[in-house]
Amino acid sequence: MTATPTATEEPAGSPREDAPAGGGGRVRRVVLYVLGRLTTAVVSLGAVIVAGFFLFRILPGDPVRAMTEGREVSLEQQEELRRQFGLDQPLWAQFLDYASGLLRLDLGVSFQYREPVADLILERLGPTLLLAGTGTLLAALLGLFLGARAGWRPGGRGDRVNTAVALFFWSVPTFWLGLLLIVLLASGRGFFPGLFPTSGMTAPDATGFEAVVSTAHHMVLPVVTMVAVIYAQYLMIMRSSLIDEKGADYLTTARAKGLRDALVRRRHAVPNALLPTVTLVFLNLGQVVSGVILVETVFSWPGLGYLFYSGLHVPDLGLVQGLFVLFAASVILMNLLADLVYPLLDPRVRP
Amino acid sequence: MTDLDPRPSPAAPVPSPRALARRRRQRALGRFARSYAHNRAGMFGLLSLLVIATAALTAPMFIEQSHLSITGAPGQPYEPPSAEYPLGTDNFGRSVLDLIIWGARVSLAVGLLATVVSVTLGTVIGITAGHFGSSGGTGGRIASTVLMRITDWFLVLPTLVLAVALAAVLPGGTGTIVVAIGLTVWPPTARLVRAQTLAVEARPYVERARALGGGHTHVMLWHVLPNVMPVVLAQTTLLVATSIIAESTLAFLGMGDPTTISWGGILEAARTAGAVSAGIWWYMVPPGLAIAVVALSFTLCGRAVESVINPRLRENR
Amino acid sequence: MTSLLDVQDLHVTYRTEGGDVPAVRGVNLSLGPGDTLGLAGESGSGKSTVALSLLRLLPATARVEGSVLLEGEDVLAMRWGTLRAVRWVGASVIFQGAMHSLNPVRRIGDQIAEPMQIHGTAKGADAAERVQGLLRQVGLPASRARDYPHQLSGGQRQRVMIAMALACEPRLVIADEATTALDVMIQAQILDLLRSLVAEHGIGMLMISHDLSVLAETCDRVGIMYAGRVVEQGPASGVVHAPAHPYAGALSAAFPTIGDPASRLAPRGLPGDPPDPADPPAGCVFRPRCPVSEEVCATLDPPLWPVDPDEHGDSDRHAACVHVGPERPVPAAGEVR
Repeated sequence: MTATPTATEEPAGSPREDAPAGGGGRVRRVVLYVLGRLTTAVVSLGAVIVAGFFLFRILPGDPVRAMTEGREVSLEQQEELRRQFGLDQPLWAQFLDYASGLLRLDLGVSFQYREPVADLILERLGPTLLLAGTGTLLAALLGLFLGARAGWRPGGRGDRVNTAVALFFWSVPTFWLGLLLIVLLASGRGFFPGLFPTSGMTAPDATGFEAVVSTAHHMVLPVVTMVAVIYAQYLMIMRSSLIDEKGADYLTTARAKGLRDALVRRRHAVPNALLPTVTLVFLNLGQVVSGVILVETVFSWPGLGYLFYSGLHVPDLGLVQGLFVLFAASVILMNLLADLVYPLLDPRVRP
Repeated sequence: MTDLDPRPSPAAPVPSPRALARRRRQRALGRFARSYAHNRAGMFGLLSLLVIATAALTAPMFIEQSHLSITGAPGQPYEPPSAEYPLGTDNFGRSVLDLIIWGARVSLAVGLLATVVSVTLGTVIGITAGHFGSSGGTGGRIASTVLMRITDWFLVLPTLVLAVALAAVLPGGTGTIVVAIGLTVWPPTARLVRAQTLAVEARPYVERARALGGGHTHVMLWHVLPNVMPVVLAQTTLLVATSIIAESTLAFLGMGDPTTISWGGILEAARTAGAVSAGIWWYMVPPGLAIAVVALSFTLCGRAVESVINPRLRENR
Repeated sequence: MTSLLDVQDLHVTYRTEGGDVPAVRGVNLSLGPGDTLGLAGESGSGKSTVALSLLRLLPATARVEGSVLLEGEDVLAMRWGTLRAVRWVGASVIFQGAMHSLNPVRRIGDQIAEPMQIHGTAKGADAAERVQGLLRQVGLPASRARDYPHQLSGGQRQRVMIAMALACEPRLVIADEATTALDVMIQAQILDLLRSLVAEHGIGMLMISHDLSVLAETCDRVGIMYAGRVVEQGPASGVVHAPAHPYAGALSAAFPTIGDPASRLAPRGLPGDPPDPADPPAGCVFRPRCPVSEEVCATLDPPLWPVDPDEHGDSDRHAACVHVGPERPVPAAGEVR
């Protein structure tokens, strides 16, 4: 053993001593952190609710005229609609009505379907979650995997090919890619005519296991489209994040220890590069929403995105407003989730 | 020689500070051009943009406008590509190639205008937040925090949903599309500009300008803005790509101006006419490819500018 | 007895866009088991490049030539598999652990145990036990194994780095600026620790620092590097207290300021900057800054000449200066201070 004393060696104020001892302080910090994030999310949600009201009740001037433009609707019918949507009330009363409805999960009534928007959403939530979930998961896995490879040898051939392909897919409009896939693989005139169905989610007469297979069959093209458009940004984020880590000293340490190159990347570089990537992946969830709307529209997938599209054309402002609030709220909630999960991944920011 | 004289007097042995500054700028520009020319992808992007822009600008000289109307269509519906119609005809018998060249005019114009709107918005908000955050006292810090919170909020919102909502409630037309895109894609620019502003504000000459009594406007316009411009330039180039894709997306969702021809509009028309399920590929493929090529070109240019400005990004080992 | 480390005519050149830049230009080093050798010099003198080239840790842009014999085997000629087996077992490195040499998102214990698992020297519970032993050996409580690097102070991190370097019981330890970012008190403790560990285990140590005083305290022998070359080497006390090369003299003039960051940049009383490595001056590279340069220095690039023991008090000293060489001009080297 060495002669070095251990008790008094470190200067006062080493990180450990700064921290209040015991678990009580820790719990308090965690609670404060969570509360802070919750507050931010609640304020953002409030802003979304106000924005929804502003966008769809005030900006169009007279929502009923906007909705009935170009249609044969008598003045009496317009008055009736106005009463039905509460537009004859003063603005503040309208807002209170709308906000209190939201608290009861009442998103108003669809003009087009004559049904509560909340019911419409519930009906179509499943297909959207299935599509968006599968697409995002696959895109994230593919993007992070390829990004980690590309970023490890920037400038190499693998990197150049990967980056070029990713940039191309990033530049392609989502809906066009979907249309192209339909023309090539689903329409009657492409290379593989009728290989995949052009629209819908399940063949109407399929039941049980057959229905599952049919759904998977219907899902192929929409999911491929979503993955192609979304994976590119994950790849680019992961790639640049890894390039930032590449010069890090701890990688030299790992190499000096005798680790294989692949192990240096997997065990040391990637875990560090993942941290900023995770944040950005969650920040970009808004793009996933955009992707879902377009893909569902192109493939007539019976989900929320298709519902949104159908509401736009009427225009069914009640429905569009409800979906706007829902989409924005879900992205905010996912970001809240990211904020809460992040400290579990990165020991440095643990409260 | 006074400060007011913008011209260097020929007799003066020492050039004026302005002339020096101009020469320095010219040299910097030359360095920039040389450095950019080394970037092959960037040059490719620039070249393809030049070609497309020339075609779009000179389109009226070789395309008969009446041939673009439904009634004046020269060919038969859905003619496959031939010598006369290199990209075939649409459901009315119009030449798809003509439609695409003409559509470039609207798509490029909307993309550029929307970018101007969003870059202006993002730069103003970014510089304001950055400047008052670092040297505006308590009030400035509060204002800056509020601005950035708003930016973050917009950043998180699903861009397309917001743009579509705006386009749906505002009166239809090309102007609305520009506003809808401009108002939704600015947040990343604001964040970037703010970060750069903070870096510039920490430099000694800004401190000196402030100590000499330079007001907020003076510091922001004369010291911060010129130094933020390179970053803004790169961001602008990248944003045009985003805006053009956004324009086509809005048009595809039926939010566009039905009286003009744009790439997104052509695709929407193709879809509603049933060209997709009928497999009329020559009506489907070219417009999307045009969007992709332009967006990719702008992206390549933007990345090239970025790597010239910030050599740390240069990733060749 | 074969020496532990024998470096012959080591050259390292970085390929850059602007052409080749030589960083190390013909360095010879030799180290026996239990020996301690110090290497001093300013930033950019090539001393860290030497350290990293011993285990071929330099980036791909560096071209390494010469020979590096580690226990008789040429590291530079090894296949990757053999090289990986030699890393950390034949020779380990103590990096500047106070900064970023530890992975921030992995526990300290795991990082110390990692080389044992890679090289199969200890596994599972054995490895965990050995980690605790190593931590105690460097004066840290064993419970620290569960901490992350950011939870430790700079000195503690440096101790972790040392424990990690000892994990596979290497014969040679390369300490690269191991105490640089630490304050003086902690620095002294770490040096004590290193000295006792080396003595205890009979490990050979190559210590690299910009701070000559640190080396004087720890090492038996010292080499002074300037512009990619060793300009003086010999027993530590001799080189530090009676330098023969004018650069060594300037460096040791900075001696009293222990740990002063300024001494890293330019030793006190030395005008000018180190030469541009891409375009070194003709003749002796030190001539532009040399207080005692002669006409002949403009053309003659002196090799390491043995220093006359009568003048400098001890034998086995070498210096690359005309003032100690066989053809030394008048006035004599006595003026060199």
